[in-house]
Amino acid sequence: MVELAVGDRRILARSDFPAFLDALNKLGYRVVGPTVRDGAIVYGPIDRVEDLPVGWTERQEAGKYRLERRGDEALFGYAVGPHSWKKYLFPAHERLWTASRKESRFVPAPEPADGPPLAFLGVRACELAAIALQDHVFAKAGDVAYATRRARALRIAVQCGQAGGTCFCVSTGTGPAVGPSHDLALTEILTAERHVFFVEVGSPMGARVLASVPLGPASVEDERTVEQIVARTSASMGRTMVVSGIRDLLVNHPEHPRWELAGQRCLACTNCTMACPTCFCQTTEEVPDLSGERVERWRRWDSCFNSAFSELHGTPIRKSTSSRYRQWMTHKLATWHDQFGSSGCVGCGRCITWCPVGIDITEEAAAIRASPPPQVVEERT
Amino acid sequence: MSGSAEGMPNPWLPVPYSVQERRSETPDTVTLVLAPGAGPAPLRFGPGQFNMLYLFGIGEVPISICGDPADSQHYVHTIRSAGRISDALCRVAPGATVGVRGPYGTGWPIREAVGHDVVIVAGGLGLPPLRPALLEILRHRDRYGRVEVIYGARSPKDLVYYDQIQAWRSRPDLRFQTTVDTAGHDWHGDVGVVTTRLPDARFEPKDTVAFLCGPEIMMKLTAQALVQRGVDRDAIWVSLERNMKCAIGLCGHCQFGADFVCRNGPVVRYRAVERAFSTREL
Amino acid sequence: MTATPASSESPLRLADHPFVWGMDPEFVARLSSIAFERSFESGALLVREGDPAEEFWLLFSGKVAMEIVLPGRPRTTIQTLGSGDIVGWSWLIEPFVSRFDARAVKPTRALGLRASRLRSLMDADPARGYHLLRRLLPVIAERLENTQLQLLDLHGR
Repeated sequence: MVELAVGDRRILARSDFPAFLDALNKLGYRVVGPTVRDGAIVYGPIDRVEDLPVGWTERQEAGKYRLERRGDEALFGYAVGPHSWKKYLFPAHERLWTASRKESRFVPAPEPADGPPLAFLGVRACELAAIALQDHVFAKAGDVAYATRRARALRIAVQCGQAGGTCFCVSTGTGPAVGPSHDLALTEILTAERHVFFVEVGSPMGARVLASVPLGPASVEDERTVEQIVARTSASMGRTMVVSGIRDLLVNHPEHPRWELAGQRCLACTNCTMACPTCFCQTTEEVPDLSGERVERWRRWDSCFNSAFSELHGTPIRKSTSSRYRQWMTHKLATWHDQFGSSGCVGCGRCITWCPVGIDITEEAAAIRASPPPQVVEERT
Repeated sequence: MSGSAEGMPNPWLPVPYSVQERRSETPDTVTLVLAPGAGPAPLRFGPGQFNMLYLFGIGEVPISICGDPADSQHYVHTIRSAGRISDALCRVAPGATVGVRGPYGTGWPIREAVGHDVVIVAGGLGLPPLRPALLEILRHRDRYGRVEVIYGARSPKDLVYYDQIQAWRSRPDLRFQTTVDTAGHDWHGDVGVVTTRLPDARFEPKDTVAFLCGPEIMMKLTAQALVQRGVDRDAIWVSLERNMKCAIGLCGHCQFGADFVCRNGPVVRYRAVERAFSTREL
Repeated sequence: MTATPASSESPLRLADHPFVWGMDPEFVARLSSIAFERSFESGALLVREGDPAEEFWLLFSGKVAMEIVLPGRPRTTIQTLGSGDIVGWSWLIEPFVSRFDARAVKPTRALGLRASRLRSLMDADPARGYHLLRRLLPVIAERLENTQLQLLDLHGR
């Protein structure tokens, strides 16, 4: 068998997809990917092809999400669901360390990294971008647990064959074409005659996975088909957002009346921050056992929409919901640039779909752009 | 991201220190002197930096370091009982173990002040974070011009470092004004918010570096008064305070505009936050 | 009032006080003609709350505490004033009754201006009277602002 190299392209038949899953398992990976649960496509363990959302798609709009049957047997015929890969790389609730009391002293022991490495199956272009953004955030903080999980995880991208109703990755420049940073990138080709996956090797580990999988050659025609699929997805984005100059636009208009309007609708439910694949805010918890001799230190996802989030000496600094909405959106689209050198938004649309009142970040940004109040010129240092 | 995380230090792990001394400053404020639990780990910190202090079974809070930067054997922290965790920290006994993560954050730019007049304005518990800067300046007193300190507290019983302040006040090369917001008949010092003492401070505005620490409104008004007097916005430094859970730029709680107070602060130039100070609920 | 006659120290000159710096010299001279030296021992009251506000003081040295006395509460100082400061504006506002106790807490020297004569001077020369008022207003505004800050309890938890 010829060893594959980074950049190589092959065709994987739908009928050989089980062999692909087997290859991952044999290398010790636990495969996680899209699966239908509770009326949505979420991420969970994938043991068999049948665990994937075979023949399902979804309809997404602001505040609306509905599963629908496709007319075919596509494995990845949807856009994105409420989950993102951060639930694996940055678990919603995670033990940081454990300590036992020894006389008057205590000795903290870090949480060991255990469990099999994960293979993320079905990572969208926007999600690769989101993982890269969180990589940067956690690396800057030197977070060992994240880095350990991340270093072991395999990213199997699947390019979107269709855009969701709230998608705008074309605007944010994060999709729908998968960039070079992945282990394997798949594109599902499904016609009346043919159901195959166009596979591109993104890393030596990706090549290793494919070593034992039956593959066929990829033709120029196949490459053209993939390009057409991506072009079709690009052309069907449900949303757009003008991002040029957005950092200054938002930073310079903290008193724009639009914040107040969004604040009147927002329930501060935190859905957007939980669904967002880049939101990283967290809080810590001290969990003593009943004897008081042993404690566990945990972290948990937190949200800038919670009142306690900004609490100082017992009083929240951001009392109003509008100030919290402003904090979230300004951080995501504007101050993230100052902090990490890019936008924190990847255009996945989850915050729009999963907002119970349908607040739409693209609409809010457009409204602020459309009617900026008298310009305040910021002095930057 | 490539490679493995092996060998990376874990920034979440507190290092056990033992409480060597506990001094009562005011009815609700104590000073703790901490020594490394094992080994003579030499400590280095910049004036104005802070540590995360952890109590077993209770939790963790950010507290400024207020000891002498030249003392590499101890961390000194002055803590006001202002919540569940700081309450517990205020009650620890000598010999107890306190976890320390740090030091974190930016410090007072002492070097930038060399050759200039220095104005230090502290409000309430704003004095402890400024104490290392003042000690450092006094250690090399000849490097600086006039040194003016204004310290304001709510009432005479809320003044910390009482004995040291008496010593500072008696120095000929330092003007240390103390004022309180209100006082009883037994107080013979000044009464009025800190800004009322500023007109009395002697310094050359164009040649002055100012360090301010205290409640945000106090820093804002003091900075405005200094600017009005002719001090450059870039020569005024303030120390910010925000909710903080991690101190490593990860929990997101301490964001103040684009800044993570734990990483870009707590000490920042007034010019950088002047607008943010006037933005509501930022 | 427990004012004692001016001491043998060098006489105070109104023109030396920052409050009149930049004012029309002729008007300052007129103000000087109604000013007289005051010195107060430590503990002496300049004026008591509720007393007629008959005098306006410009402090040259020492320290004066503005105090409030509330039933059932200890005497509380809300502000101290010193050299370069002025004491009292109740003389300007009907019914010309003092709102605070003003007490010297250090030996204090001041120039006192007789309020009734000062008002007459201002009435007779409204332009300059207005000028004096504009000097006084920022001081009043600043004291008000400081009082508000004290009310906010800046150093609270």
